[in-house]
Amino acid sequence: MNSHCASPPASAGTSDISPKRSPRAEIMHLLVRNRLALSGLFIFILFIVVAVVGLILTAGTTPLYDPAMVRMQEKLLPPLSAAQVELLTPQQQPPLGIYLLGTDDLGRDVCARMLQGAWVSLTVGFVAVGIAVIIGIVLGGIAGYGGHYCLAIGHLVGITLMLCGLSLCLTHSALTGVVLLIIAILLLLGAFKMRSRGRKPPSGTWWHVLSTETTSLDTLIMRFVDIMLCFPSFFLILTVVALLPASIYNIMIVIGLTSWMGTTRFVRAEILSLREQDFVTAARALGLSGPRIIFRHIIPNAIAPVLVSATIGIASAILTEAGLSFLGFGVPPPHATWGNILADGKRFIFDAPWLTFIPGSAILIVVLAFNLFGEGLRDILNPRLRERY
Amino acid sequence: MLSFVARSFVQKIVTLFFVSIVSFLIIYLAPGEPSQVDPLNPKFTPEMVERFRKEFHLDQPLYRQYLYFYGGFFSGKTVSWKDNEPALAKIEERFWNSLPLFIVGTIITWTLSFPVGIRAAIARNGIFDRSTTFIAYLLISIPGFFFAYLLIILIVTRLHVPVIGMETFGLGGTGTAALFMDRVWHLLLPSLLGATGGIAILSRYVRSQMLEVEGQDYIRTARAKGLSPEQVHYKHALRNALLPFVTMFGLILPGLIGGSVIIESIFSWPGMGRMAYEAILARDYPIVLTLNFISAVLVLLGTFISDVLYMIVDPRIRL
Repeated sequence: MNSHCASPPASAGTSDISPKRSPRAEIMHLLVRNRLALSGLFIFILFIVVAVVGLILTAGTTPLYDPAMVRMQEKLLPPLSAAQVELLTPQQQPPLGIYLLGTDDLGRDVCARMLQGAWVSLTVGFVAVGIAVIIGIVLGGIAGYGGHYCLAIGHLVGITLMLCGLSLCLTHSALTGVVLLIIAILLLLGAFKMRSRGRKPPSGTWWHVLSTETTSLDTLIMRFVDIMLCFPSFFLILTVVALLPASIYNIMIVIGLTSWMGTTRFVRAEILSLREQDFVTAARALGLSGPRIIFRHIIPNAIAPVLVSATIGIASAILTEAGLSFLGFGVPPPHATWGNILADGKRFIFDAPWLTFIPGSAILIVVLAFNLFGEGLRDILNPRLRERY
Repeated sequence: MLSFVARSFVQKIVTLFFVSIVSFLIIYLAPGEPSQVDPLNPKFTPEMVERFRKEFHLDQPLYRQYLYFYGGFFSGKTVSWKDNEPALAKIEERFWNSLPLFIVGTIITWTLSFPVGIRAAIARNGIFDRSTTFIAYLLISIPGFFFAYLLIILIVTRLHVPVIGMETFGLGGTGTAALFMDRVWHLLLPSLLGATGGIAILSRYVRSQMLEVEGQDYIRTARAKGLSPEQVHYKHALRNALLPFVTMFGLILPGLIGGSVIIESIFSWPGMGRMAYEAILARDYPIVLTLNFISAVLVLLGTFISDVLYMIVDPRIRL
């Protein structure tokens, strides 16, 4: 991109060889230079503010700005049209007396509905990506740092029992599930204890069979990632969302649970390369404990690409949620989301185009902002890319 | 080579086995039952529900149901719960509808992204590069359904051609040329929409590959010995930059069945995506599971093909 951001010029002075800026100032400097990323960040902050304000204005039983107020006499009014005050009862009056973004086919204020939907988009994006990133960092971290740990048959049996127990707990009979979970945890604890004492079980017993070593933890986790990647993601999300009862929390959880694989993969790759580096050897030589090395020294160095993919992940989670709402899944009807405003409005596309264009452009702008900011962040946080692109 | 093929074959079979278990569990452990699809229908007496459950082994334990389903699947006897038609035949019929969309979409994607990406890389940071970069982000970010409606409004109001469905009804006696153009118009919009994301991503990828190669020493050498820019760009750089794209031929395979649910339902296109959507709504588990299994097979086959292709084109790779 440019040459003067890399290092101070050679003639800068004989004694002062420290960088001109602190890393933080350097990042700020690069961000200001990258205008697309900066505008992305600006829209990003604006979106958060709008969503929070929208939540305050539209939440509660008697909201200031009611998104569910039906006014049949005022339906399909274009944006910025004034309310016909004489036709409305006092509690039907829109605040300010005009419909900023028009009304829909039931005479509901589109502006209020958009404000309500902004909060849905925001929370779906952040919660889903939060879930995905947490799973990704934990699994990727385990696979990368402790991946060489060899699993015995006992561990595998324990893990299988645990999964069965969990799924039973969540679905059919909680009692059997809890019993299975307890057995699984006891089995796993026993297996770890045996291993850490280094005691060899006598041969010929079932305990011996259970502690036969099979595969490494790393292989197990990465094969699981491979299995999850075999599912077409939108189809999988659609299946689960259609089968579960409609609620916004289910959508967040399902999107989160089906999008952690990428994060796991590169957190693992990042940690595999970081843990061979000198500063980790130095930390180990200083006698630091394992968790301290992982959380204080390795994770902060691996966080930059996670941040980038999380930003872009938020964009795609918002798109997925909008797509699901468009198909009629997800948030139950009276509650507005940008996807279902558009889905409701598409029947009036020639008579009331604002019902399509307003939510559509809102989604486009927000997703674009997240994408631009994420890509800009990738360039800024990666010193190798700075020079070339 | 042979050992790689054998090893990855075994690995993929094991993966497939677990995929079958996971997809089965996801569907069967979800709350609700297929027999409760229509609880308000007065024709659905408790005896009917009971017969339904018995007929499709829904009263058996889970592992028996699993065996029944995959037994039926591999002997080709799986039937849809909705109309008792064989699942594979139903899917095949839809497959032939989705195939033209996939082919046209792929052709559009690959013929557009390469020139754009190469041009952007050669004239880096120019007007063309900046504008295509921005357009690429725009295309990635635009929701497919919104873009679809924009295009529909544009085409229908400006060009006055019908675009919904696979063909216009009642064009019987108008001659082959008109029929052909009708089909083309109906095909073009959905495949273009299906290709937008692909165009954006692929052109960015072509650009970054090209930039990567342009920074290499042998390009500097080629330039230093006085070759013309065309020769440097298209002969020395492009050929080496193309290497990773050979593998992408394998990775587009899953798109064959993916078929966008949203695009197909907007255009009332009776393809596989729509079929999946309808099957999910009707809780037609055999269709859902069969589609899922086939798409998992395609994903695994795709990665396998791309690995093998990579070994063939790049002798440095030894897997």
